[in-house]
Amino acid sequence: MTRYDAPTHWQSRYDHFIGGEYVKPHHGRYFENPTPVTGQTFCEVARGTAEDVERALDAAHGAADAWGRTSVAERSLILNRIADRMQENLESLAVAETWENGKPVRESLAADIPLAIDHFRYFAGAIRAQEGTLGEIDDDTVAYHFHEPLGVVGQIIPWNFPILMATWKLAPALAAGNAVVLKPAEQTPASIHYWLSLVADLLPPGVLNIVNGFGVEAGKPLASSPRVAKVAFTGETTTGRLIMQYASENIKPVTLELGGKSPNIFFDDVSSSRDDFFDKALEGFTMFALNSGEVCTCPSRALIQQGHYSDFLAAAVERTNAVVQGHPLDTDTMIGAQASNDQLEKILSYLDIGRQEGARVLTGGSRADLGGDLSGGYYVEPTIFEGDNSMRIFQEEIFGPVVSVTSFADLDDAVKIANDTLYGLGAGVWTRDMNTAYRAGRSIQAGRVWTNCYHAYPAHAAFGGYKQSGIGRENHKMMLEHYQQTKNLLVSYSTKKLGFF
Amino acid sequence: MSAGPGAAPGSPGAAAPPVTLTPAAAELIRSLRGQHGPLMFHQSGGCCDGSAPMCYPAGEFRTGGSDVLLASLVLDGVPEPVEFWISVSQWALWKHTTLTVDVVPGRGSGFSLEAPEGVRFLIRSQLAT
Repeated sequence: MTRYDAPTHWQSRYDHFIGGEYVKPHHGRYFENPTPVTGQTFCEVARGTAEDVERALDAAHGAADAWGRTSVAERSLILNRIADRMQENLESLAVAETWENGKPVRESLAADIPLAIDHFRYFAGAIRAQEGTLGEIDDDTVAYHFHEPLGVVGQIIPWNFPILMATWKLAPALAAGNAVVLKPAEQTPASIHYWLSLVADLLPPGVLNIVNGFGVEAGKPLASSPRVAKVAFTGETTTGRLIMQYASENIKPVTLELGGKSPNIFFDDVSSSRDDFFDKALEGFTMFALNSGEVCTCPSRALIQQGHYSDFLAAAVERTNAVVQGHPLDTDTMIGAQASNDQLEKILSYLDIGRQEGARVLTGGSRADLGGDLSGGYYVEPTIFEGDNSMRIFQEEIFGPVVSVTSFADLDDAVKIANDTLYGLGAGVWTRDMNTAYRAGRSIQAGRVWTNCYHAYPAHAAFGGYKQSGIGRENHKMMLEHYQQTKNLLVSYSTKKLGFF
Repeated sequence: MSAGPGAAPGSPGAAAPPVTLTPAAAELIRSLRGQHGPLMFHQSGGCCDGSAPMCYPAGEFRTGGSDVLLASLVLDGVPEPVEFWISVSQWALWKHTTLTVDVVPGRGSGFSLEAPEGVRFLIRSQLAT
């Protein structure tokens, strides 16, 4: 076991990063940034407004043309160097991310930061390998298709994986040759600045600009600006719709990732043997506690087939009870804090409505008080509800360590329950029968169906939603095209006129 | 629990008003009304700050045929009713419950107007009887 010390590398105050330097907010206002580990403020962050966004857009527009014309070899090299710096500072980045967000450091060390590093490397490679196309229209006419950057793009980042989610958006946008104005979440604005302190010298001034602040004050002017060519957002549905409305005023594209209510389906044959696979499936069930449940694809609905329902659920409860909750900077800790007080309150409100609707609490069900300094932090016990898919705890993303369990009869029933949701981001299928796995996976209306695994996020596997879960696919080279225009040169190699005039 | 001013009808068959306000939420709405003018709510869903009620200047969020007006909240000190909207598809899943808008200390979410105040509107739910 290792217990990391609380990080001391923070600045006491973070301004906006615009045009390659830190600049103070136009109105001179700052807001406090607490760590969810203890609830105590550890830095102040600039409270950005429309004036700051405009300044960042000025810087981005000043840099976009040259960056877009920078060779892909050079852009790729810069992304690889960013990855190298992150690799050299993996531990301190992981500790920063945990202090910022509350997640257990074992996850930051083994998942968040390594995935972010690999993501930069992936898009460094993908942009090198990307090619335009040509179509031979006829013997004298050729259609060439070039990828061109959009120009200046706006990105609004969520708070559940502050560095990794910023990376999911930044890496393809920068690789494709865009300049970026990025707004971190107001709940987690600082760790991206620690990351920036490690890599800022690698990027030309103005290519990456970070404006901090609240959604209404800094996010809205960014999302509604006619000066951004595209907006990327991860969050919830109402803000997603609002961003689409703003984009419609300017006729700009958006990519949106808006969450889900992911089913995790366990067929009877999972329990046919008490072997490694059975053990893996139990871990797959318990993945609802990963990142304290604050994942858009949290497997928050577990569907267990009737034949092994009681036995599998009993084993799953036992596995959940073995989850170690503790100090997020302790490497033995499996579940840490929720990211903010309002998130804690929301989860508690769902524990309440779940009970009111008659769901049975099989374990957990309460706020956790871990004592000492941690008493001021935002902790929730991993919670298993048993109930019916019509209950609100089965239909709404709680974004906490809460799973709602129900049973199903057969494949058709499983698919019916799985698809009985407004969302379609992720799903899990667990079975030893490949035909069942294939049929279930193809029938579930979700962008990602983990099959005999869960919560893996490797680059080169497309991630995005069906239904109300959003628009676009991140984490894959196809995301490059969400940050590119298509330029068609339609070229005639004939010297002969058409004959119309 | 709910001690708010109640709501206009919006939920056929529900005995209790579909949306009420706690005194703290009503006070915050009065304060925001003073700063931002007429207000509206749209109930969110989905990830991150999903399930949170979003408070906007009236008309900022364009509602349409995919939305239902749950309530027009009347408050002392607020000249006009504050409309509370939710999407039709989400209400279909929520309509067996009534909603109480409360407020808690918090750090923001979305483009909701109260976030810079260091507080967050929060929905508490009760089974409709």
